[in-house]
Amino acid sequence: MKVDAVPRPPAIELIGIDKRFGRVHANNNVNLKVERGLIHGIVGENGAGKSTLMSILYGFYEADSGEIRVNGEPVRIRSSREAISHGIGMVHQHFMLVQPLTVLENVMLGAEGGPLLAAGASEIRAKLAHLGREYGLEVDPDAVVGELSVGLQQRVEILKALVRGAEILVLDEPTAVLTPAEADQLFEMLKVLKSQDKTVIFITHKLREIMRLTDRVSVMRLGEMVADFETAKTSPPELADAMVGRKVILRVEKGQAHPGEIALEARDLVVKDDRGVTRVDGMSFVLRRGEIVGIAGVAGNGQSELLEALAGIRPLAGGEILVEGRVPPPELRTPKGMRKLGVFHVPEDRHRMGLVMPFQACESAMLGFHDDDVYGAGILFDRRAIAADTAEKMEHFDVRPRAPLLKTANFSGGNQQKIVLAREIERNPHVMLVGQPTRGVDIGAIEFIHKRIVALRDAGKAVLLVSVELDEIMALSDRILVVCGGRITGERLPETCNQQDLGLLMAGVSEREHAA
Amino acid sequence: MSATPTELPKWADVAVIPLINVAAAFVISGLVVTAIGEDPFNAVKLLIGGALGDLEGIGFTLYYATSFIFTGLAVAICFQAGLFNIGVDGQAYVAGLGAALVALHLGFLPGVLLAPACIVGAALFGAAFAAIPGYLQAKRDSHLVITTIMFNYIAAAMMGYLLVDVLRKQGQMNPETPGFPPGATMPQIKDLVAYLGWQWPDTPLNLSFVLALLCAYLMWLLIWRTRLGYEIRAVGANHVAAIYGGISPARITMITVLMSGALAGGLAVNVLLGEEHRLILQYTADFGFVGIAVALMGRGHPAGIVLAAILFGILYQGGAELAFDQPKITRDMIVLIQGLVVLFAGALEHMFRRPLALLLTRFQPPVPDAPAAERA
Repeated sequence: MKVDAVPRPPAIELIGIDKRFGRVHANNNVNLKVERGLIHGIVGENGAGKSTLMSILYGFYEADSGEIRVNGEPVRIRSSREAISHGIGMVHQHFMLVQPLTVLENVMLGAEGGPLLAAGASEIRAKLAHLGREYGLEVDPDAVVGELSVGLQQRVEILKALVRGAEILVLDEPTAVLTPAEADQLFEMLKVLKSQDKTVIFITHKLREIMRLTDRVSVMRLGEMVADFETAKTSPPELADAMVGRKVILRVEKGQAHPGEIALEARDLVVKDDRGVTRVDGMSFVLRRGEIVGIAGVAGNGQSELLEALAGIRPLAGGEILVEGRVPPPELRTPKGMRKLGVFHVPEDRHRMGLVMPFQACESAMLGFHDDDVYGAGILFDRRAIAADTAEKMEHFDVRPRAPLLKTANFSGGNQQKIVLAREIERNPHVMLVGQPTRGVDIGAIEFIHKRIVALRDAGKAVLLVSVELDEIMALSDRILVVCGGRITGERLPETCNQQDLGLLMAGVSEREHAA
Repeated sequence: MSATPTELPKWADVAVIPLINVAAAFVISGLVVTAIGEDPFNAVKLLIGGALGDLEGIGFTLYYATSFIFTGLAVAICFQAGLFNIGVDGQAYVAGLGAALVALHLGFLPGVLLAPACIVGAALFGAAFAAIPGYLQAKRDSHLVITTIMFNYIAAAMMGYLLVDVLRKQGQMNPETPGFPPGATMPQIKDLVAYLGWQWPDTPLNLSFVLALLCAYLMWLLIWRTRLGYEIRAVGANHVAAIYGGISPARITMITVLMSGALAGGLAVNVLLGEEHRLILQYTADFGFVGIAVALMGRGHPAGIVLAAILFGILYQGGAELAFDQPKITRDMIVLIQGLVVLFAGALEHMFRRPLALLLTRFQPPVPDAPAAERA
């Protein structure tokens, strides 16, 4: 620890914070010191206890033991109201905004200042104008929040905290929903706040952001605070090792791709979402055997609908899909039919779509293939065959614990994802549609999952990879298609492009403007 | 494995929690009994004695339990698919019409065929009456809760009209059909055990009880051991994942609601073929609604439903005896106790879970950081 020359006490000091949920020790004797006027990063794998720690700080949970000090004073925080009264403001990953209300109304919510709105409204309008000038956080107070871009909505969240007098801002995975350009803007904003002596706690699992933005960084692993660095004196490999507790290879080792014949082709696909909004607006591409094609893009630009349409879940509003050069008959354009054609699907959201959480692992591990005779040829299931089949898949994919009868929900995120991957990959697909294969998965499992996807390609299968993690797209893909607003805005080869280039395409800057 | 504080071992979940809930309902009922100036311990003694004290009491208790098993299963099978069928009472009522029509019009059949034909008639009519709300849910997304509530009124009005204006025997004042022919009868347990040389007092308990147990077993087999059951549970637990898995929720909804309506027909078999031998106005006596309580208390599991149905049978039979012996305790009191059981077993289900979970973890050695071991 370096000796701080500044005489004032740290903005936040957590001493010996301990929190258990039943048998899970979410925070184990955590100590954290955040100096005033700095940007302090907290990194750790999913489930390392970062969110629990921050929930304790803003009063969502109360710690079993331990002490919180704000500006050197011991405090007790039992609600978000108490947190904000101590100057702690939280910006959640999922915005807590009322979409049909205006910016002003959202900022006022919970701070109306009396039964009549007029007085409070003019006060907050003045505050917003002041904050806009001082920090460069201009937002039209009368704009409807639902019509603002995601980046501006996040700005409203930050304004909400500042209007309430926050001196310490906690941001939980703030860049997950942003384009690279919007993330840059956010970082500039946070630097301005820092220059005004505000304190920022920045939670992320992206090491690149930590290196770029923060002054200090603390690393959490398995509920403990395992390391604390001055950012300038550390490096991504060092941080990654601290997060995982062992050496990690951040690069994926893969050889040359040998693309073969066309396995899947999309021609002028048009797909609408449940509300009838066109989400995929004329996409055409081919997918060959023995290659991984990555679809890069900010979440919500048609990737989900594209995957669901290819998998037979969502009907096409236009265009056609060819499997092995033929348009499948309508009765096969169903999830069951596409599986029959060898088009398998690892859905983006395993909780919502890929697994049935209350089911036993072995029941989840046959979803979609449950009609197969190996699970019992007669009326009744062969329970022993089902469990044996799952045990074998768990063995191959190193799912822990190896308990086919355990409830799906009781596995960690990484192991749940391995169950989904094992179910699809072990069935020998021709075409593998993979959505967000490592979302919410810890680094150790990411490495494993990436290796399996590459192995699938090397076995001559066609893989379509959808991910919002640019690093993942660049590491795995043999070709990259960038989508924005339901259209393909460009195609790149991973070895000849960089993140800025992809970022521009993801933001919708078309090929021609781009070249100009 | 990560254990949230409300996650209980299976034995506690299926046995201890319902027992605590029933005990809590009884404690509060005891306070009410005390408040009206009666001795609660004496009341419990009379209630239990009346329901289980002799073979006659047991016969009546199991007769009521049979009805509750059928209606409880009808509600529970829909629970498994994430559906809430409030219309079991109406479906059972219309099922009674099916049983009566077969009994009155196919009376020429020999008894061995007539009784099964009546059972099939009841099941078909119950299923057919459930089919309309089921179809509206499956294809038009009209909420099953709303439509089945409405269909209860339709059933009541339609059956009232039929019994008063169409099916009533000439010159007969009561709104009921003529008596069923002798073949349209479920064999009485009394007669069956007489073959074995045993004595059983005259109670309405009939072979429907065995049929109900068989249905409970078959439902367990269906839900947990067959593909259809797997698909029903998948739709109930995660609609989106079910579609992803190639399962059609509309088809599953339809099949489940049809089975539910058919199970509701069991009430007609027990009451009409087993006891009344004619179709009478409002014969269901709200047993279809009690089925909701039974299904909740039995946690949707067939074994739990059999136990819960027997408990409700005890309350019905013992309550009648209690009301007879203690004029101050009316039948309303029994309805109150049932209401409290429903309140604790259904609405306040989670009230005792957390304390019990905490109590149990205290007696368990802490597992050395399980999540660490699981991490890949």
